[in-house]
Amino acid sequence: MIQTVSTISLVLLAISLVFCAYRAITGPTMPDRVIAVDTIGTIFISIIGVFSIKLNQPHYFDSALIIAILSFSGTVALGKFLIKGECFDRDID
Amino acid sequence: MNSLILKTVATPVLYLIVSFSVYVFFRGHNNPGGGFIAGLLTAGAFVLQYLSFDSKTVKSNFSLNWKKLIPVGLILALGSGLGGMILGYPFLSHSFGCFYLPLIGELELATAIIFDLGVYFVVLGTALTIISVIGGKD
Repeated sequence: MIQTVSTISLVLLAISLVFCAYRAITGPTMPDRVIAVDTIGTIFISIIGVFSIKLNQPHYFDSALIIAILSFSGTVALGKFLIKGECFDRDID
Repeated sequence: MNSLILKTVATPVLYLIVSFSVYVFFRGHNNPGGGFIAGLLTAGAFVLQYLSFDSKTVKSNFSLNWKKLIPVGLILALGSGLGGMILGYPFLSHSFGCFYLPLIGELELATAIIFDLGVYFVVLGTALTIISVIGGKD
């Protein structure tokens, strides 16, 4: 039962990954691409979670946590680059 | 000029990520983890500090020259390799032993942790040097 459910949800997550990749490649504006890349990171985390349920291995959760941390930093950097034009300020006014 | 939410969140998240990286670092002997990914996580935490504050504030908060971490890490990794040579074993041969420590109990200590600490320092120094050189103007 749990094998069937996790296989179906993996297929659905892969399909949503394709849609997000389409939006990331042919996004009309730059914020669309940023949000698509962030959503791809979230879908990766979901895939790792479903995969660890399917294989009954709790070791995969740490990699999901690491991907979440690094993708959060990346999204913040991209958002700041879109708003201000540079990522690191030398001196805050 | 930065977002107040980002500034408020950045410092607690720094402590969370650094403690998780310490956990990943010490777990790397028998489980997935180790010096490389722990250094990468710590670099991510400090990148978040650089993003939320300016470089002057980060430099006054953490008075650390990131470039100096690279030779320190390389010397640690080389020293862990040379330690085996002094005792007559091949280069980079490691040993381990079980010790009884007060308050902790029996603990397995390995000399591979010194090599891992060197990798951690090298990765942290390299990542933060590259990012601060690329990100900073002039």
